[in-house]
Amino acid sequence: MRKMRMNQAIAAALADEMRDNPDVVMFGEDIAVAEGPFKTSAGLLNEFGPSRVRDTPISEMGFLGAAVGAASTGLRPVIEIMFIEFIGVALDQLVTEAAKFHYLSRGTVTVLLTVRGSIGAGLGFGCQHSQTLESWMYSTPGVKLAVASGAHNAYGLLRSAIRDDNPVVFLEPRALYAKREPVQRGEEGIVPLGEAATVREGSDVTVVALGAMVPAALQAAEAAPWSAEVIDLQTLVPYDKEALAESVSKTGRLVTVEENPLTGGWGGEITAFVTGDLFSDLKAPPVRITCPDIHVPYGKELEQRYMPGPDYISGQIGALLDTGTRPPHWWESREVMA
Amino acid sequence: MSGANASLERRLHLKSGRVARYEAMFEIRSFEDRVQAMFFEGLVHGTTHTCQGQEAVSVGIAAAARPTDTVTCTYRGHGHALALGMPPLTVLAEIMGRRIGSVGGLGGSMHLCDTSVGLLPTFAIVGAGIPVAAGAALTAQVKGTDGAAIAIFGDGAANIGAFHEGLNLAAIWKLPAVFICENNQYGEYSAIHITTPVENIADRAASYGIPGEVVDGQDVETVEAAVAGALARARAGEGPTLLEMKTYRYAGHSRADTAPYRPEGEFDRWYERDPINTYRRRLIEDGELTEEEAEQIEARVAARIAAAETEASAADRATVEDMFTNIHAR
Ligand SMILES: Cc1ncc(C[n+]2csc(CCOP(=O)(O)OP(=O)(O)O)c2C)c(N)n1
Ligand SMILES: [Mg+2]
Repeated sequence: MRKMRMNQAIAAALADEMRDNPDVVMFGEDIAVAEGPFKTSAGLLNEFGPSRVRDTPISEMGFLGAAVGAASTGLRPVIEIMFIEFIGVALDQLVTEAAKFHYLSRGTVTVLLTVRGSIGAGLGFGCQHSQTLESWMYSTPGVKLAVASGAHNAYGLLRSAIRDDNPVVFLEPRALYAKREPVQRGEEGIVPLGEAATVREGSDVTVVALGAMVPAALQAAEAAPWSAEVIDLQTLVPYDKEALAESVSKTGRLVTVEENPLTGGWGGEITAFVTGDLFSDLKAPPVRITCPDIHVPYGKELEQRYMPGPDYISGQIGALLDTGTRPPHWWESREVMA
Repeated sequence: MSGANASLERRLHLKSGRVARYEAMFEIRSFEDRVQAMFFEGLVHGTTHTCQGQEAVSVGIAAAARPTDTVTCTYRGHGHALALGMPPLTVLAEIMGRRIGSVGGLGGSMHLCDTSVGLLPTFAIVGAGIPVAAGAALTAQVKGTDGAAIAIFGDGAANIGAFHEGLNLAAIWKLPAVFICENNQYGEYSAIHITTPVENIADRAASYGIPGEVVDGQDVETVEAAVAGALARARAGEGPTLLEMKTYRYAGHSRADTAPYRPEGEFDRWYERDPINTYRRRLIEDGELTEEEAEQIEARVAARIAAAETEASAADRATVEDMFTNIHAR
């Protein structure tokens, strides 16, 4: 297996799908000639030509809408939303149009659409370019949603997303684009949607993470005296209930690690599922590790404080195991809120 | 100059004459050169969008507008902020994440704000400030003040829905707004002609039944006159105007961009009409400035920016407690 950066793995997944299927087309801002602001489409214009790989004006509503139309009539477009915030001006086309076409056509229309977007904090882009925003989309029936946590599953999940016959949102943590990891290319490298990955086995606690929080949770688990089972959810819609149930019934404890504000974060849904369906298996209350309900700050140190890091994750899990109760969030301490 | 009125004082000074306009443009150029260098030197992390080459647009607008007019502008906002009156220290400190910055160091390079000179928080989403300016103009109209609102945005923004919706709304409501497109020839890495089928964005004004005018954005006095005319029209209740400033972005789009896509010779052609060099020459020819005085001004500006950097570097960074402030109004 060759090591690749995550942005290279994404370009490879796009190239492999485009080679396999002439219906796959791509468009977005500066993705063709400039090969993407994050170099996620390197080489594609060159190989597939300007009919299939197109630059767009700054018109997210226009090109996402056009992608919905193309996706409903036989093409398989993959579009790039440079920073996920920019989908704000185009959200109607995804959640109100694309998501409902299959339903409103009695199943005769399928929307073969993939929407890629970069997400997350950590690079000093400020509060309008650093959110993850799964919460804008994950409660939309009809849309699937997957999040990469590294080069390996970025490759495999993206290929599945493109092949899927539903509108799929595929989110890419920007902070991971430059990270290198061995990537299995080809059919064996495909990661199915809807399946979580147990990235570390353990017995004391089930730690569920997504995106950039997966490497953070793994780092926390690896250094800890206790034994954590780390699950990379990979697909948020639909999420893998079986994998969660199996793990939590073994460990008896659930921790979610989320790069999003506490309120409305996906961990609330996971916690509700586990609490409702596996109540008697639980030895302790489920714990959510999230960002506070504030905007992503600008300065480097503040941004690191804002996001759950390995030390904080490890401290929270350690406290849960020690006390059997939910440890307070860091911002619940009096000094901070004073 | 210090305290809450520093921005206002600087703005009044700008209005004092032609030499002040020269100084303001020179200040923006020096500031941006230094900011760009600081990012390259790793003194600031994150990204920044500088406006070298576009100084006449910023200064012309600020000279024509009143501090009581509302302004919306983009992430490429350092020049507008300085011209509108914000002191280099407050802008630089914001870029450096310091508490004395204009947003307390929590916003950064893309997010400047100073309501004492009418500047709403600058917008990092392309086009977003256009309808917002229409709304600020609505406030003036409904309240019956003689205020106006100015939206400053790029050529790339003329292709987003917010542009069309904002202009149409302002037109039908006859709002006292001026829409100023800074056509610096590129939206990110794409030349304007690739993304936009019309030669002049000003021509789009016709779709909304409002005047549209192409303006030489490299000449500060031409810019000022055009903006003053559009503002007078707005204040007279005749509705909005679209002005297209033809200008050029000397630097890349953002910190990481070295602009390899620029055709050979293009920069040089624009640099021949550099807004600062040409204005300096003109003022000297007109006998309003001597070479010696110009050098004194330039030295003063350099010292001001160096002092701002020293002070900002020594200032406290925004704190963890600060992050929790101003999420909701109390
Ligand atoms: C809705 C939206 N889409 C995309 C972007 C990314 N982006 C930031 S600046 C920019 C180019 C804008 O070009 P232009 O309007 O000409 O302004 P300039 O940067 O040249 O000043 C793009 C595409 C964004 N910030 N918001
Ligand atoms: Mg531009």
